[in-house]
Parts: sequence; C-alpha cells; structure tokens
Amino acid sequence: MSRMELTDIIKEENLVLKKSALLTDNVMHYCPGCTHGVVHKLIAEVIEELGIQEQTIGISPVGCSVFAYNYIDIDWAEAAHGRAPALATAIRRLHPEKYVFTYQGDGDLASIGCAEIMHACNRGENIVVIFINNAIYGMTGGQMAPTTLLGQVTATTPYGRDAKLNGFPMKITELLAQLDGTCYVTRQTADTPAAVRKTKNAIKKAFQNTRLDKGVSFVEVVGTCNSGWKMTPVDANKWMHEHMFEKYPLGDIKDI
Amino acid sequence: MAKFRGAIVVDTEHCKGCSLCVVACPTHVIELNPDVNGKGYHYAYMKNPEACIGCASCGLVCPDSVISVYKKAVE
Ligand SMILES: Cc1ncc(C[n+]2csc(CCOP(=O)(O)OP(=O)(O)O)c2C)c(N)n1
Ligand code: SF4
Ligand code: SF4
Ligand code: SF4
Ligand SMILES: [Mg+2]
Repeated sequence: MSRMELTDIIKEENLVLKKSALLTDNVMHYCPGCTHGVVHKLIAEVIEELGIQEQTIGISPVGCSVFAYNYIDIDWAEAAHGRAPALATAIRRLHPEKYVFTYQGDGDLASIGCAEIMHACNRGENIVVIFINNAIYGMTGGQMAPTTLLGQVTATTPYGRDAKLNGFPMKITELLAQLDGTCYVTRQTADTPAAVRKTKNAIKKAFQNTRLDKGVSFVEVVGTCNSGWKMTPVDANKWMHEHMFEKYPLGDIKDI
Repeated sequence: MAKFRGAIVVDTEHCKGCSLCVVACPTHVIELNPDVNGKGYHYAYMKNPEACIGCASCGLVCPDSVISVYKKAVE
C-alpha cells in the first residue's frame, strides 16, 4: 500500500476506535500487558457511553490498582485495604442518585476484605463491584492470594500452593452469588477481543442495574499479573487459559 | 479482496511493547519495532499495513489505549 492510500484511510471520518475521553493523560503505572489497564479502559468507556461521568463515584482499593483514581476522570475515594465495600455503602446511602462502584483485587477483596464484601453483598447494597482476580498479590511482589491455584508458585508458595499447608483456591464469586443481596454475579476475562467485548457488556449491565435497586452487581474479571507470575504478557494469557478457567469458569453465575 | 481496508495509529511514546496487539491481530499486521521509544520499549507498528482490515482487535486488547483504528470501505 502506498503512503497515499494510508492517508486516505487515516481520516477522522474513518475512525472506529480511539482512547476513551474519560481516560486521563496520565500514563498508567501498570506493568506492560497488565489486565488492570484493559478493565480501566472498559469502565471508562461504559461510563462515557451511559453519560454518567458526573454521577459516578469509584472506590479504589489497596493493591496495584490503588491509583485507579489517576486514570478515569470521575469522582473517587480511596479505601483502606479491603474496606472499599464499606466506603461504597456509605457513599451510595448518602447519595442514592449516584452510581457507586468498588474496584478491588483478589487480595483486597477475598483476603483482608473478605468480611467487608460478604456483608455488603448480604445487605444488598446498590453498588457495582469490579473484582480483578489475578490469583496473586501483584503489588507486594507476588505472594499467594486466597485465589492462588493449587501448585501455583508464588513468593510465599515457592514449591507451589499445597492444600494441606495453604488451603484451597477460594471461589469467592460463587460464595457471594449464594447471598440474597446480590442480583447479578458474573465471571469474565479480558484477553481476546471477544472477551473484552463481553466484559464490557457485563460492566455496562452492572452499572445499569444500580438504578433498579436490586442489590449488588458483581463482575469478576479473571486476569493476569505477568510480573507476579514471572512470564511475558503473551505467555501469561496462555497460562491463564490453560489453568485459570478450569477452576474459575467463565459466564454468568446469577442474574435475577 | 477484503471489503474494508484499515489502518492503525499507535501513540508510540506511550506504547509499552507488551505484544498483546501483535498476537490479537488476525492478519499479522503488527510487530514490535526494533527501535525503542523514550521509555526504552519496543513499540508496536504496522509492519504489513496493506493487510489491515480495520477490525479493531488490536485496540480492544491494548491495556494502555494507545491504538486508534481507522476503517474504510473499498469501492
Ligand atoms: C493493612 C494492610 N495490610 C497489608 C498491606 C500490604 N498489601 C498491599 S497490596 C496487598 C495485596 C494486593 O493484592 P491484590 O488485592 O490481589 O491486588 P493486585 O496488586 O494483585 O491487583 C497487600 C497485602 C497493606 N497495604 N495494608
Ligand atoms: S504487578 Fe501484576 S497486577 Fe501489578 S501492575 Fe504489574 S502485572 Fe499488573
Ligand atoms: S497492546 Fe498496546 S501497549 Fe501493548 S504493544 Fe500493542 S500498542 Fe503497545
Ligand atoms: S485493526 Fe485488525 S487487522 Fe488492523 S492491525 Fe488492528 S487487529 Fe490487525
Ligand atoms: Mg491480585
């Protein structure tokens, strides 16, 4: 193709995909290929498409995504480790007209914040929870999380997770689906274009549910932490396919 | 012949060279440049621009939203 033809294509009227206007100019601090970046983008696109930028309040966690507030141009609060659901509860109860969501890693949500998320889900708070399950504590250098797979090598399970010593991988999402306060519980991923589209639809549905006052909408995204897993981003996606989905099957778990 | 021709524009200074777009592209348009950007990352570029169909797969999977995709119907 000649230069001339390229300039024919690269014109405003032919634009089909660009960075969401809700993503700030700050360069994300995430490692190359990190799933957090993909999910941030999807949240920004959903909020932009629903036109709720001024009505949305996010709660960022402790974990690699602690700085989520630097990247999506909405209102944010930052919670202590695992306490995002409590903060979201307070904010949504004080501002029932707002769209309130937490963004939490698996260490934040399933480990130190296990009680918080259980009770927020049991109370049926009208919030959205975006749960990034990368089967590890990414931020602190790759220690075992409750979600770490059996046999998976981490900094604190150097010989692989052993059920006798470390317990079993926790399917927290299935547990939360048992609670009457959750209305929509789904598990998605974000590696392929098709998966990215599906996850975006799930996030959109979760935000729309907020208006129906049916309780917690919970979107798990199974993702990679290529740094913690000590793999390239491409190999991490392969490893996720080969190992994660057997324990964490994709799809809707509850939708009422 | 493809009904659509496409092209991508990469914000090369903000690309982190993760290669996720490279493997997502169904027509093998993208490769990482042997050259590096200011951060030292080998950035994505259109090695085979004539093969691009504007499907946007690369942009969908890019964690850093640095790919813009253009698509034009072939007359
Ligand atoms: C009260 C408290 N305990 C422990 C820590 C250390 N710490 C920071 S992040 C983190 C876990 C992060 O893992 P996860 O939530 O899975 O997030 P990721 O980085 O993997 O996205 C821990 C244990 C802390 N910051 N505060
Ligand atoms: S350590 Fe893992 S979770 Fe954290 S930014 Fe890097 S790849 Fe992402
Ligand atoms: S997916 Fe994005 S950041 Fe990664 S190499 Fe491609 S353009 Fe660069
Ligand atoms: S738009 Fe589609 S065909 Fe073009 S470079 Fe991206 S993935 Fe490849
Ligand atoms: Mg984690």
